[in-house]
Amino acid sequence: MTQYVFYFLSFLAILSALMVVFSKNPIHSVLYLVLTFFAIAGHYVLLNAQFLAVVHIVVYAGAIMVLFLYVLMLLNLNVDAEPVKKNWVKFAGVLSGGLLMLTLVATFHKAETMPLIQDNPEIGVTANLGKILFNEFALPFEISSVLLLSAMIGAIMLSKKDTKK
Amino acid sequence: MGTLQAIPLNHYILVSVILFSIGVMGVLLRRNAIIIFMCIELMLNAVNLLMVAFSAHHGDGSGQVFVFFIMAVAAAEVAVGLSILIMMHRNTNTTDVGFLNKLKF
Repeated sequence: MTQYVFYFLSFLAILSALMVVFSKNPIHSVLYLVLTFFAIAGHYVLLNAQFLAVVHIVVYAGAIMVLFLYVLMLLNLNVDAEPVKKNWVKFAGVLSGGLLMLTLVATFHKAETMPLIQDNPEIGVTANLGKILFNEFALPFEISSVLLLSAMIGAIMLSKKDTKK
Repeated sequence: MGTLQAIPLNHYILVSVILFSIGVMGVLLRRNAIIIFMCIELMLNAVNLLMVAFSAHHGDGSGQVFVFFIMAVAAAEVAVGLSILIMMHRNTNTTDVGFLNKLKF
Protein backbone atom coordinates (compact mmCIF):
# COMPACT_ATOMS: atom_id res chain seq x y z
CA MET A 1 0.00 0.00 0.00
CA THR A 2 2.69 2.48 0.99
CA GLN A 3 4.58 1.57 -2.17
CA TYR A 4 1.68 2.60 -4.35
CA VAL A 5 1.33 5.86 -2.42
CA PHE A 6 5.06 6.45 -2.88
CA TYR A 7 4.92 5.87 -6.63
CA PHE A 8 1.83 8.04 -7.00
CA LEU A 9 3.43 10.91 -5.05
CA SER A 10 6.68 10.64 -7.00
CA PHE A 11 4.81 10.63 -10.30
CA LEU A 12 2.77 13.66 -9.22
CA ALA A 13 5.87 15.55 -8.06
CA ILE A 14 7.86 14.89 -11.23
CA LEU A 15 4.96 15.62 -13.56
CA SER A 16 4.08 18.92 -11.91
CA ALA A 17 7.79 19.87 -11.74
CA LEU A 18 7.95 19.37 -15.50
CA MET A 19 4.82 21.50 -15.88
CA VAL A 20 6.51 24.26 -13.81
CA VAL A 21 9.29 24.42 -16.36
CA PHE A 22 7.26 24.03 -19.52
CA SER A 23 4.04 25.96 -18.91
CA LYS A 24 3.85 29.30 -20.68
CA ASN A 25 1.89 31.27 -18.11
CA PRO A 26 3.86 32.12 -14.91
CA ILE A 27 0.69 31.83 -12.80
CA HIS A 28 0.27 28.23 -13.94
CA SER A 29 3.91 27.60 -13.06
CA VAL A 30 3.31 28.84 -9.52
CA LEU A 31 0.22 26.67 -9.12
CA TYR A 32 2.04 23.57 -10.40
CA LEU A 33 4.88 24.34 -7.98
CA VAL A 34 2.34 24.35 -5.12
CA LEU A 35 1.22 20.91 -6.33
CA THR A 36 4.84 19.72 -6.27
CA PHE A 37 5.23 21.00 -2.73
CA PHE A 38 2.13 19.12 -1.61
CA ALA A 39 3.49 15.93 -3.16
CA ILE A 40 6.78 16.42 -1.31
CA ALA A 41 4.85 17.00 1.91
CA GLY A 42 3.16 13.67 1.26
CA HIS A 43 6.61 12.10 0.98
CA TYR A 44 7.52 13.58 4.36
CA VAL A 45 4.41 12.02 5.90
CA LEU A 46 5.42 8.66 4.40
CA LEU A 47 8.85 9.06 5.99
CA ASN A 48 7.31 9.66 9.43
CA ALA A 49 8.45 13.29 9.46
CA GLN A 50 5.12 14.78 10.45
CA PHE A 51 6.54 18.00 11.87
CA LEU A 52 8.47 18.75 8.69
CA ALA A 53 5.43 17.94 6.54
CA VAL A 54 3.31 20.52 8.36
CA VAL A 55 6.11 23.11 8.39
CA HIS A 56 6.71 22.49 4.70
CA ILE A 57 3.09 23.16 3.82
CA VAL A 58 2.91 26.23 6.06
CA VAL A 59 6.18 27.80 4.93
CA TYR A 60 6.30 26.87 1.25
CA ALA A 61 2.71 26.58 0.10
CA GLY A 62 1.48 29.13 2.62
CA ALA A 63 4.13 31.82 2.66
CA ILE A 64 6.62 31.54 -0.19
CA MET A 65 4.21 30.71 -2.98
CA VAL A 66 1.81 33.43 -1.82
CA LEU A 67 4.76 35.84 -2.05
CA PHE A 68 5.46 34.62 -5.58
CA LEU A 69 1.81 35.07 -6.57
CA TYR A 70 1.76 38.53 -5.02
CA VAL A 71 4.80 39.64 -7.00
CA LEU A 72 3.44 38.12 -10.21
CA MET A 73 0.15 39.96 -9.87
CA LEU A 74 1.77 43.16 -8.58
CA LEU A 75 4.06 43.39 -11.59
CA ASN A 76 1.26 42.21 -13.89
CA LEU A 77 3.41 39.46 -15.32
CA ASN A 78 0.60 37.00 -15.90
CA VAL A 79 0.60 37.75 -19.58
CA ASP A 80 3.06 35.70 -21.53
CA ALA A 81 5.69 38.26 -22.55
CA GLU A 82 8.70 36.01 -22.46
CA PRO A 83 10.78 36.17 -25.63
CA VAL A 84 11.33 32.84 -27.27
CA LYS A 85 14.79 31.39 -26.98
CA LYS A 86 16.56 30.07 -29.98
CA ASN A 87 16.04 26.42 -30.69
CA TRP A 88 19.64 25.41 -30.21
CA VAL A 89 19.70 27.13 -26.79
CA LYS A 90 16.66 25.11 -25.74
CA PHE A 91 18.24 21.95 -27.06
CA ALA A 92 21.48 22.68 -25.20
CA GLY A 93 19.54 23.33 -21.96
CA VAL A 94 17.59 20.07 -22.19
CA LEU A 95 20.72 18.18 -23.20
CA SER A 96 22.82 19.43 -20.29
CA GLY A 97 20.02 18.84 -17.80
CA GLY A 98 19.55 15.33 -19.16
CA LEU A 99 23.27 14.65 -19.02
CA LEU A 100 23.41 15.81 -15.41
CA MET A 101 20.52 13.49 -14.57
CA LEU A 102 22.16 10.60 -16.41
CA THR A 103 25.44 11.13 -14.57
CA LEU A 104 23.79 11.32 -11.16
CA VAL A 105 21.58 8.28 -11.77
CA ALA A 106 24.54 6.27 -13.07
CA THR A 107 26.51 7.28 -9.99
CA PHE A 108 23.86 6.43 -7.46
CA HIS A 109 21.98 3.44 -8.82
CA LYS A 110 24.68 1.00 -7.74
CA ALA A 111 25.22 2.76 -4.42
CA GLU A 112 25.24 0.39 -1.48
CA THR A 113 22.73 2.00 0.80
CA MET A 114 23.26 1.13 4.39
CA PRO A 115 20.69 -1.06 6.10
CA LEU A 116 18.49 0.45 8.73
CA ILE A 117 20.60 1.12 11.79
CA GLN A 118 17.78 1.92 14.12
CA ASP A 119 14.18 1.73 13.06
CA ASN A 120 12.64 4.44 15.17
CA PRO A 121 9.31 5.76 13.87
CA GLU A 122 9.17 8.39 16.58
CA ILE A 123 12.04 10.42 15.19
CA GLY A 124 10.05 12.97 13.19
CA VAL A 125 7.55 13.96 15.85
CA THR A 126 7.74 17.49 17.19
CA ALA A 127 8.91 16.58 20.69
CA ASN A 128 12.03 14.73 19.53
CA LEU A 129 12.95 17.32 16.92
CA GLY A 130 12.50 20.08 19.48
CA LYS A 131 14.85 18.30 21.87
CA ILE A 132 17.51 18.02 19.16
CA LEU A 133 16.93 21.58 17.97
CA PHE A 134 17.29 23.19 21.38
CA ASN A 135 20.08 21.01 22.70
CA GLU A 136 22.55 20.52 19.86
CA PHE A 137 21.47 23.26 17.47
CA ALA A 138 20.57 26.11 19.81
CA LEU A 139 23.24 28.49 18.46
CA PRO A 140 22.38 27.98 14.75
CA PHE A 141 18.74 28.48 15.65
CA GLU A 142 19.47 31.89 17.15
CA ILE A 143 21.72 32.83 14.23
CA SER A 144 18.97 31.93 11.77
CA SER A 145 16.67 34.34 13.59
CA VAL A 146 19.26 37.08 12.97
CA LEU A 147 19.38 35.99 9.33
CA LEU A 148 15.61 36.31 9.00
CA LEU A 149 15.70 39.76 10.62
CA SER A 150 18.41 40.99 8.27
CA ALA A 151 16.57 39.53 5.27
CA MET A 152 13.44 41.39 6.33
CA ILE A 153 15.28 44.70 6.67
CA GLY A 154 17.11 44.10 3.38
CA ALA A 155 13.88 43.36 1.53
CA ILE A 156 12.30 46.56 2.85
CA MET A 157 15.36 48.61 1.98
CA LEU A 158 15.58 47.15 -1.51
CA SER A 159 11.97 47.58 -2.48
CA LYS A 160 11.62 51.08 -1.01
CA LYS A 161 11.30 53.85 -3.56
CA ASP A 162 14.33 56.10 -3.99
CA THR A 163 13.17 59.57 -3.04
CA LYS A 164 16.58 61.23 -3.06
CA LYS A 165 17.01 61.22 -6.83
CA MET B 1 7.88 0.29 10.98
CA GLY B 2 6.84 -1.19 7.67
CA THR B 3 6.84 2.14 5.89
CA LEU B 4 10.58 2.49 5.73
CA GLN B 5 11.33 -1.07 4.75
CA ALA B 6 8.77 -1.09 1.97
CA ILE B 7 10.56 1.59 -0.05
CA PRO B 8 14.33 1.29 -0.54
CA LEU B 9 16.49 4.34 -0.17
CA ASN B 10 17.56 4.07 -3.82
CA HIS B 11 14.09 5.09 -4.97
CA TYR B 12 14.24 8.27 -2.91
CA ILE B 13 17.65 9.04 -4.43
CA LEU B 14 16.17 8.54 -7.91
CA VAL B 15 13.20 10.83 -7.28
CA SER B 16 15.42 13.53 -5.80
CA VAL B 17 17.88 13.36 -8.69
CA ILE B 18 15.08 13.67 -11.23
CA LEU B 19 13.55 16.65 -9.41
CA PHE B 20 16.95 18.34 -9.11
CA SER B 21 17.68 17.86 -12.80
CA ILE B 22 14.31 19.30 -13.75
CA GLY B 23 15.21 22.35 -11.66
CA VAL B 24 18.57 22.69 -13.42
CA MET B 25 16.85 22.32 -16.77
CA GLY B 26 14.38 25.06 -15.88
CA VAL B 27 17.15 27.46 -14.89
CA LEU B 28 18.88 26.82 -18.22
CA LEU B 29 15.75 26.98 -20.35
CA ARG B 30 13.67 29.85 -19.05
CA ARG B 31 14.46 33.55 -19.21
CA ASN B 32 11.82 34.86 -16.84
CA ALA B 33 13.55 35.61 -13.54
CA ILE B 34 10.54 34.49 -11.46
CA ILE B 35 10.49 31.06 -13.12
CA ILE B 36 14.23 30.78 -12.49
CA PHE B 37 13.55 31.49 -8.82
CA MET B 38 10.91 28.79 -8.74
CA CYS B 39 13.31 26.30 -10.28
CA ILE B 40 15.86 27.13 -7.56
CA GLU B 41 13.15 26.37 -4.99
CA LEU B 42 12.55 23.08 -6.77
CA MET B 43 16.23 22.15 -6.45
CA LEU B 44 16.24 23.07 -2.75
CA ASN B 45 13.21 20.85 -2.22
CA ALA B 46 14.81 17.91 -4.00
CA VAL B 47 17.76 18.15 -1.63
CA ASN B 48 15.43 18.49 1.37
CA LEU B 49 13.54 15.36 0.38
CA LEU B 50 16.75 13.37 0.10
CA MET B 51 17.98 14.65 3.45
CA VAL B 52 14.73 13.64 5.19
CA ALA B 53 14.90 10.21 3.55
CA PHE B 54 18.46 9.67 4.79
CA SER B 55 17.53 10.95 8.24
CA ALA B 56 14.59 8.59 8.54
CA HIS B 57 16.57 5.61 7.27
CA HIS B 58 19.45 6.21 9.65
CA GLY B 59 17.32 6.95 12.68
CA ASP B 60 18.99 10.29 13.28
CA GLY B 61 16.94 13.42 13.74
CA SER B 62 19.72 15.88 12.96
CA GLY B 63 19.00 15.70 9.24
CA GLN B 64 15.44 16.85 9.76
CA VAL B 65 16.62 19.77 11.91
CA PHE B 66 18.98 20.68 9.08
CA VAL B 67 16.05 20.67 6.63
CA PHE B 68 14.28 23.04 8.99
CA PHE B 69 17.24 25.44 8.74
CA ILE B 70 17.26 25.12 4.95
CA MET B 71 13.61 26.17 4.93
CA ALA B 72 14.45 29.27 7.00
CA VAL B 73 17.28 30.21 4.64
CA ALA B 74 15.03 29.62 1.62
CA ALA B 75 12.41 31.95 3.06
CA ALA B 76 15.02 34.70 3.56
CA GLU B 77 16.41 34.11 0.08
CA VAL B 78 12.99 34.40 -1.54
CA ALA B 79 12.17 37.63 0.31
CA VAL B 80 15.42 39.33 -0.75
CA GLY B 81 15.34 37.88 -4.26
CA LEU B 82 11.81 38.98 -4.97
CA SER B 83 12.54 42.50 -3.77
CA ILE B 84 15.57 42.61 -6.08
CA LEU B 85 13.24 41.43 -8.83
CA ILE B 86 10.78 44.23 -8.07
CA MET B 87 13.63 46.75 -8.30
CA MET B 88 14.73 45.22 -11.58
CA HIS B 89 11.21 45.46 -12.96
CA ARG B 90 10.90 49.04 -11.79
CA ASN B 91 14.14 50.09 -13.52
CA THR B 92 13.98 48.08 -16.73
CA ASN B 93 10.27 47.21 -17.08
CA THR B 94 11.03 43.58 -17.71
CA THR B 95 11.91 40.43 -15.80
CA ASP B 96 13.90 38.97 -18.66
CA VAL B 97 17.34 37.97 -17.38
CA GLY B 98 18.80 38.37 -20.88
CA PHE B 99 18.13 42.09 -20.59
CA LEU B 100 20.61 42.58 -17.77
CA ASN B 101 23.84 42.06 -19.68
CA LYS B 102 25.92 44.99 -18.51
CA LEU B 103 28.22 42.72 -16.52
CA LYS B 104 28.80 40.48 -19.51
CA PHE B 105 32.30 40.74 -20.85
